[in-house]
Amino acid sequence: MTAPTRIDAVEIHGRTRASFLVRGVIAVAATSGAVAVAPWVSRAIAQAPGTDADVLNFVLTLEYLEADFYAHAATLALGTEARALAQELGEHEEQHVEALQAAVRRLGGRPANRPEFVFPDRTETSFVKLAVALEDTGVSAYNGAIPRLASREIRAAAATIAQIEARHAAAVRLARGGQPAPDAFDGALDQSQVAATIRPLLRR
Amino acid sequence: MPESDASSRKRFLSMMGASGAAALSILATACGDDDEKQRAPAGTSAEAADIAIVNYALTLEFLEVELYRAAVDSGSFKGKELDLLKAIGEHEQQHIDALTAAVGKLGGRPVQRPKTKFPLDGRKTILKTAQRIENLGAAAYLGQVARIRDKDVLAAMIAIHSVEARHAAALNTLLGKDVTPNGAFARPASMRQVLPVAQLFIA
Repeated sequence: MTAPTRIDAVEIHGRTRASFLVRGVIAVAATSGAVAVAPWVSRAIAQAPGTDADVLNFVLTLEYLEADFYAHAATLALGTEARALAQELGEHEEQHVEALQAAVRRLGGRPANRPEFVFPDRTETSFVKLAVALEDTGVSAYNGAIPRLASREIRAAAATIAQIEARHAAAVRLARGGQPAPDAFDGALDQSQVAATIRPLLRR
Repeated sequence: MPESDASSRKRFLSMMGASGAAALSILATACGDDDEKQRAPAGTSAEAADIAIVNYALTLEFLEVELYRAAVDSGSFKGKELDLLKAIGEHEQQHIDALTAAVGKLGGRPVQRPKTKFPLDGRKTILKTAQRIENLGAAAYLGQVARIRDKDVLAAMIAIHSVEARHAAALNTLLGKDVTPNGAFARPASMRQVLPVAQLFIA
């Protein structure tokens, strides 16, 4: 029996969402080779141990957040393009939720509860900005989670979602007029870093 | 032709399909009764397999870097589009450096940079080729995730995989195509599927 991972129960080591957004974890891209690779590789691996169901439950919570975020976006006054993007991405996130819930059950675990989130009323500009932050976080959360999975089959299945998060991240970055891929390597975030990003959006 | 939602989700769950069995085999490993472990105690064959995988990725990255160099030199691009192609090309060079280092760490020898050939007649032709190679590359990395043994190499390939996906999405966007052509779950490609396509661009 696997206890669901409670994201608000994960300890945060003095990190804020702003500090996360600095993307310090992947500031290694400017140099190259083994030395540059080392910091984010060790970060991906040096994480608390957990069962595969625990790891999947963690990314499941992030998918809940993304799905609810795009559902919330439907209530905003968005332009045609942003609305279409929110709808398509939201549908994908909801499919990720269902797939991960099914995966956790197959592993004999219990899917994490769906927390309630609060999204401040937002303009299109702030919607796209938060979408970029959430999708980039999603990519790095998966990149941190995948090497922690014991089953190679489940790693591969999780990576099929990671790739979609990356494609979403590129799409929302382009919608904002920015670089679709800000670095040569997408870093890996550990659970406390992901929790720091999510925490401000949890309903108290 | 985009895949339907239902078949795309089914694909994800089928990849998970062995997970019941996988959980059992993990248990067996914990009990010290794992056949595979005994077959390759020194890990030498696993390393050789990882070297082959990294060299395969390296070959694809060589193709990409050459394509972007040719694209930038072609004179078909300017402004933001040119900047984007340059930035992507620089990423590919960093991937080459990281993968070359990874082969060395595994005790192997990096493959040589192949001689390449690309159709370069105009913006659209070049973008289409780039779009094809980036989507192929993303699928190729994804296809190796379950095969890689070394955890450092896995983390490195994963960190590159999502960047290839971003590149693919950007090129799809430039060409007015769907950023996620296979729906909510990306489709992996095996070496056998990828290499014949890559071969088209090797002189």
